[in-house]
Amino acid sequence: MLLFNSFIFCGFVCMISQIVLDNSKLTPGHITSILVVIGAFLDSFGIYDMIIKIVGGGAQLPITSFGHSLIHGALARAESLGFMGILMGMFDLTAAGITAAIIFSFVFTLFFKPKN
Amino acid sequence: MKNIKYDKIADVHKAPENRIKNAFVAFFSGGVIGLLGEGFIEILCMQFHLARSDAATIMIVTFIFLASLFTSLGFFDKLVTKFRCGLLIPITGFAHSMTSSALDYKKEGPIYGIGSNMFKLAGSVIIYGIVSAWFFGMVRYIIGGIG
Repeated sequence: MLLFNSFIFCGFVCMISQIVLDNSKLTPGHITSILVVIGAFLDSFGIYDMIIKIVGGGAQLPITSFGHSLIHGALARAESLGFMGILMGMFDLTAAGITAAIIFSFVFTLFFKPKN
Repeated sequence: MKNIKYDKIADVHKAPENRIKNAFVAFFSGGVIGLLGEGFIEILCMQFHLARSDAATIMIVTFIFLASLFTSLGFFDKLVTKFRCGLLIPITGFAHSMTSSALDYKKEGPIYGIGSNMFKLAGSVIIYGIVSAWFFGMVRYIIGGIG
């Protein structure tokens, strides 16, 4: 069931962004930024956690989940450390993704030549 | 005046984009990505007895790895022009934008080329994510919803 929900949710997010992309002058950069803000907004009231519980991995792949994990780590740390915790816990959950992206793109850039 | 005329003529002769087909393709390809992600998490949980949160992190790192590799091999761009948002909105788009901008500016050297241009496209995602997460976190903290 989680597999089916993943398909529907991830596809739905992509379809909405494609419709917005086709019918407005926004670029993919605008849309991903807006989606990150939406993800952070949804998680600040615990809605995105509920979505992840229902959908599973399909909700953790779209870029909205990046905003979700930013604020999720921040709020978890804020419980014990107050508002300094918001600054300290911001990258707690996203560290793996960002570090992996930087390292992989750097290593591959060293080894490969740009096409075209 | 000339420009307005030109724009009008160009609009008429533009190839008609099939928006419904685009939306369907994005839905299907995004859905397949989500399906693969969830399937991968379930395989990791079943075979290696990992916790679900750890499995999700490994899954995200794997997708970033594949997107970076395919981008540097050169055929991810073709897939992106075909599937558009289906590949740009999942985390693969994030890795793709980082790797492609790093590759594009490789010839300008390791510091001013790769180093300062890697986040050219992906930087906006990180900056707006952090600013909004900080803002909503402060709102939530001041309202007193924590603890």
